[in-house]
Amino acid sequence: MKSSFRPISLLLPTVLAVGFAIVGARAEVRKDATNHWAFHPPVRPVVPTHSSSSWDRNGIDYFVRAKLEKEVLTPSTEADRSTLLRRLYLDLIGLPPTPAEIDAYLNDASPGAYEAVVDHLLDSPHFGERWGRLWLDAARYADSDGFEKDKPRFVWAYRDWVVNALNRDLPYDQFVIEQLAGDLLPDATEQQRVATGFLRNSMLNEEGGVDPEQFRMESMFDRMDCLGKSVLGLTIQCAQCHNHKFDPITQEEYYRLFAFLNNDHEGSMVAYPPNEQMKVANLRRQMQDLEEDLRHRTPDWRTRMNAWEDSVRTNQPEWVVLHAEHEGENGERFYQYSDGSIRASSYAPTLWTAHFVVTNLPASVGAIGAFRLEQLTDPNLPCNGPGRSVKGMSALTEFRVELRASPEDKEAQKVKFASATADFSNPEKELEPEFDDRSGKKRTYGPVAFAIDGKEETAWGIDAGPGRRNQPRKAVFIPEHPLELGKPTAVLHVYLEQSHGGWNSDDNQNHNLGRFRLSVTQATNAVADPIPASVREIFNIAREERSPAQVAAVFRQWRTTVPEFASVNAEIENLWRDWPEGTPTSTLISRHGMGPGEELRETRLLKRGDWLKPADVVQPGVPAALHSLPAGSDSSRLTLARWLVDKRSPTTARVCVNRLWQAYFGTGLVETAEDFGLQSPEPSHPELLDWLACELMDNHWQLKRLHRLVVTSATYRQSSKVTPELYERDKYNRLLARGPRFRVDAEVVRDIALSASGLLNPVLGGRGVYPPAPEFLFQPPTSYGPKTWKEEVGAERYRRSLYVFKFRSVPYPVLANFDAPNGDFSCVRRNRSNTPLQALTSLNEGVFNECARALAGMALSQPAASDEERISSAFRRVLGRWPTPEERVDLLTLLTRAHQRIADGWISAGELATGKSELPRHLPPGTTPAQLAAYTAVSRALLNLDETITKE
Amino acid sequence: MPNRISHLEHAREALRQNITRRWFFKECGVGLGTIALHSLLQNSVTAATSSVANPLEPRPAPFSGKAKRVIYLFMAGAPSHLELFDYKPQLAKFNGTVPPAELLKGYRAAFINPNATLLGPKFKFARHGQSGLELSEVIPHLAGVADDLTVIRSMATDAFNHAPAQIFMNTGSQQFGRPSFGSWVTYGLGSESMDLPAYVVFSTGGKGPSGGASNWGSGFLPTVHNGVLFRNGPEPVLYLNNPAGMDAVLQRDTLDTVRSLNQRHLGIVGDPEISTRIASYEMAYRMQTSAPDLMDLSRESRETLELYGAEPGKTSFANACLLARRLVERGTRFVQIFHESWDHHGGLTGGLKAECGKTDRASAALIKDLKQRGLLDDTIVIWGGEFGRTPMVQGGDDGRDHHPNAFSMWVAGGGFKPGIAFGESDDFGFNAVKDRVHVHDLHATLLHQLGFNHEKLTYRFQGRDFRLTDVFGEVVPGLLA
Repeated sequence: MKSSFRPISLLLPTVLAVGFAIVGARAEVRKDATNHWAFHPPVRPVVPTHSSSSWDRNGIDYFVRAKLEKEVLTPSTEADRSTLLRRLYLDLIGLPPTPAEIDAYLNDASPGAYEAVVDHLLDSPHFGERWGRLWLDAARYADSDGFEKDKPRFVWAYRDWVVNALNRDLPYDQFVIEQLAGDLLPDATEQQRVATGFLRNSMLNEEGGVDPEQFRMESMFDRMDCLGKSVLGLTIQCAQCHNHKFDPITQEEYYRLFAFLNNDHEGSMVAYPPNEQMKVANLRRQMQDLEEDLRHRTPDWRTRMNAWEDSVRTNQPEWVVLHAEHEGENGERFYQYSDGSIRASSYAPTLWTAHFVVTNLPASVGAIGAFRLEQLTDPNLPCNGPGRSVKGMSALTEFRVELRASPEDKEAQKVKFASATADFSNPEKELEPEFDDRSGKKRTYGPVAFAIDGKEETAWGIDAGPGRRNQPRKAVFIPEHPLELGKPTAVLHVYLEQSHGGWNSDDNQNHNLGRFRLSVTQATNAVADPIPASVREIFNIAREERSPAQVAAVFRQWRTTVPEFASVNAEIENLWRDWPEGTPTSTLISRHGMGPGEELRETRLLKRGDWLKPADVVQPGVPAALHSLPAGSDSSRLTLARWLVDKRSPTTARVCVNRLWQAYFGTGLVETAEDFGLQSPEPSHPELLDWLACELMDNHWQLKRLHRLVVTSATYRQSSKVTPELYERDKYNRLLARGPRFRVDAEVVRDIALSASGLLNPVLGGRGVYPPAPEFLFQPPTSYGPKTWKEEVGAERYRRSLYVFKFRSVPYPVLANFDAPNGDFSCVRRNRSNTPLQALTSLNEGVFNECARALAGMALSQPAASDEERISSAFRRVLGRWPTPEERVDLLTLLTRAHQRIADGWISAGELATGKSELPRHLPPGTTPAQLAAYTAVSRALLNLDETITKE
Repeated sequence: MPNRISHLEHAREALRQNITRRWFFKECGVGLGTIALHSLLQNSVTAATSSVANPLEPRPAPFSGKAKRVIYLFMAGAPSHLELFDYKPQLAKFNGTVPPAELLKGYRAAFINPNATLLGPKFKFARHGQSGLELSEVIPHLAGVADDLTVIRSMATDAFNHAPAQIFMNTGSQQFGRPSFGSWVTYGLGSESMDLPAYVVFSTGGKGPSGGASNWGSGFLPTVHNGVLFRNGPEPVLYLNNPAGMDAVLQRDTLDTVRSLNQRHLGIVGDPEISTRIASYEMAYRMQTSAPDLMDLSRESRETLELYGAEPGKTSFANACLLARRLVERGTRFVQIFHESWDHHGGLTGGLKAECGKTDRASAALIKDLKQRGLLDDTIVIWGGEFGRTPMVQGGDDGRDHHPNAFSMWVAGGGFKPGIAFGESDDFGFNAVKDRVHVHDLHATLLHQLGFNHEKLTYRFQGRDFRLTDVFGEVVPGLLA
């Protein structure tokens, strides 16, 4: 049983003894918090220039060399030019250089050649993709909710915001402020509101039977954890349950920070990608122009509008709001608001009937002449509602009411409705594919009469199309005969049948009502008021006190009633049809403190972090051990955001530069990128860390400048070759006597293959994409519910890995196998493993093999080239350098063997060259299927070299 | 244990012949000391970055644990303890009445109304074996191995929604991001298999588990401790098979070329990580043979197939159980089979019959088979869901809601005391009232059997030494032989 591994095993008990240290022992090494370096803001250290050397290129190098001298080590020489170029490309844009780019650089003998490439890459739009990915880890970005349902969510506008912000070098302080509180900035732009999706990236549990408040609190804890790791570099979440054991953060202080975040709606909005923004602005202007023209052509418009207002002001009957209680044990959860409205939340069954009971009917009701159902918007609904579909829409299949004489009465009098009106119904249309219930029936939604027609296939629809969907709507239902309530014990049962969703409640297929309110009137001639409540509210403001926008809103309503404006009205209607769809995206919206649902939450300390054990109320505030809040600060998120990036913050800038350093060198100057507290190991170069932090802050937090500083340093440019002696001295290269060498991140692994093979589709931004993946992953019993993974055909297959749709519960295996985090929680330091599953992935996964075939095709496309030349060119596409003669011989041998296997009939050339049982359709001129196949084998080997997926 | 030893021997032989390694040690000038030191650093804060030595190297536990491996039958969705393991005559007696008010004080339910009435057990119970263990009629095969079971009737958990409760049962925390039990075990013990993953996962139920892949995630532990999903069929591990047209010979040629190029480059740049890459490719190659070999149930005897109710080529819980035995024989440390099919809010009677029909025989077979092969003594078999079900009815007269206060699980082998029912719930099976075993306690006890003090199996992350048991958990001596 002896093997060369035996000695290792024997050593392991010692290893474990170290690893399994006693928790309690840690407390003994507790240091005095006030002396801990990370709790004092960085002070710009003097650059140790006293002993300069020709090696030094910038400030970084002085610090690094000073340490090396202390350790009696010498820095390595500069890496050779092609190695350095590939390193630079992989670091700055996450893609390898093309042969043309390599040639251009190698042929540029000017002294500034390297710096020119640096600038070029910093200006590349791919820079934001590469570095955005790292921030998205910290932001725990994913395209689905997580937990059981793990429904797709729409947040790619936030992802694109991050990429864009880094590309335009948005200063880091602003970068943080916009993500935490972009909505609260003066005149916040749409994009600044999109940025607040950052905190919203928390997971969301909408399985049946949950208490939504419990999982809102879970999200809050997650947001605190995220802030701690990504911005503060402190393990503040330790103080969720008790005072931090090591760092000076009390539990109360945790909840004081928490209080800044605790007064928001879980909002969402329609955002428009860049190409649509232009269109929106254009349409808006055209509509304004048309309205302006109307006013111009109608000099007495104001008088006439006022007359109209006077005529409609009081034309509504008295409505009495009913307080309805949800009956039944399954289904959605309902929030009750003080205005009598109800908001559905959490699990959304797609085919069901909500059952409400109204007891204690107000005596004033008498006989009911009409029922009114208002659908109200709400910041917590998708795109503001009023429905719960992804677009904030609903479809009401049937509106049914029963009257019972008392709660115990089993006999129900079913109300028969004679007519229905609505302020808006969409024209009848078939349900969209996402609402397919697999019944095979034709199901439509449209006029409000569909809600009382007794038919399962029809529903009242409120979809006014893009740009106008998300508004309150109302319907009025008139019973055949006024409904006499009889006894005071009478009970109304209201059934809202919502069976116009899709078959799968585990996906985004609900078409349910969001926030709604029931009311009744004695009037028997009521119709749904065509005038929106928002306009009626303006009616209540004295005319001379109305803002121009309010006047415009009244005008907009009035013009639709004026017969002579018909053609302009129609013109405006036509413009609306061109309005782009946009995309929903998650945001934060502050509760403003006024009105139902806007009440400010008080934050309490939670005993043992348990949301069911609230203790004393705490006020927003910051930990005493950190810098203070400016005097007179309010308790808004904006205050917190500005505090985080205050230059007095001891950790913020350090954490930022350290994470950047970690990405370049594999390990941060502080090894624990997520924790700078008392338990963190000493920084390897404390002065360098502070110097970089000051460089960042003193230069307006410009990140690109910092990147330039790092990659132009001699430290960065060193060769990464290592001698056994140096390796023995410094395994993890903490002393930086050599350049960085480690496997690239998961996304870059895949992007290298795509890029080297010429398949990469470099388009930026947009929805998540679905490259090939085994279908079983998305179906039970692997996935909880069936998920949609519609494999891309064409160029979308080959988009950068940043854009691969991220299901939290079913991570895309190619990336997961190379340690991509799944976004369950904030991650600022990835694992970097080296496993057989990685080997299997790059050897056998479909897209990798498509890349191998494409690379083979490219190698063969050079007319009249020898095999040596072809292999060399493919090698260079992948590795950025020419092969050595020995390497070329190895690959030629493989080529020969492949040819032999094919010639001997063991292998079908067509199959190997196409992946299918067919011959290749497009062969490079003058080549054979056997050649393509043999080159595919060689290309596959190239894509699987250690060096291929390594930054060297 | 002739079978297992031969597999281990085989693995070590393969290792001995690993010319890559030999070349590396001899010619690259990087000595064993270096490698071992890396291994040491694996357990420090540096573990997140690089891994030069194999972090799955088999290693002994700090104490001599009775158990060396685990097979965890995770009954996701939460089976009813009241119909399977915990007979409550009082529940039958008070069927249709409202439970005592004091019982429900402060009780939070997922779905049911506060006024839901009690529902009597749907199945008959009888005593079995020499131990006289009382079990339901719907699990006749388990009844046949009653004397090998350690039934815990006093389990309690903190969560009553599926995803958080499953994550809790698997990681000791309701918050996502902690390492799973299986990951902790491979972190602590490594793996004895050189050509199969250390931690293998199957999913055989009607759905996937609610917690998704995080149920077998490695959390902040190095990602090599992730569970690896296996499935029946021609490609048991993702991307195991060569691309179309690539035959075994050309595959070997390809890998030889890759290795040669990697070795040449290692000679130039000197980074030992390259030798790990070489070793990873070699293990991948071995897995291409060993995984299909593992999955080939046709090599099992007819009696064995019959015992489990396994049918070669099918995807079933029975097949997964048999594969679990084959895996542990080959040195895999931890096998977890998720069978998510037990969420019986309605259709309780029929649902239990169906799911027990799929799982009872194979679960019992696994115990018998491990026992006859001498593997049960040092293998822990665990059976259980994420919580229990309410004594109160839901959905007419044939369903139960989620219930965290009391439920049943069983363990077998691995030094647990066989043929006992441990702990008690109250007359309605509502609260665990005697010898309550919280999830943390179960974890502590399981780790104890594997040779670990659960307070000392830690991993430093974010300045804190994390444990599977958080800051809780006590070993339950009453469960141990």
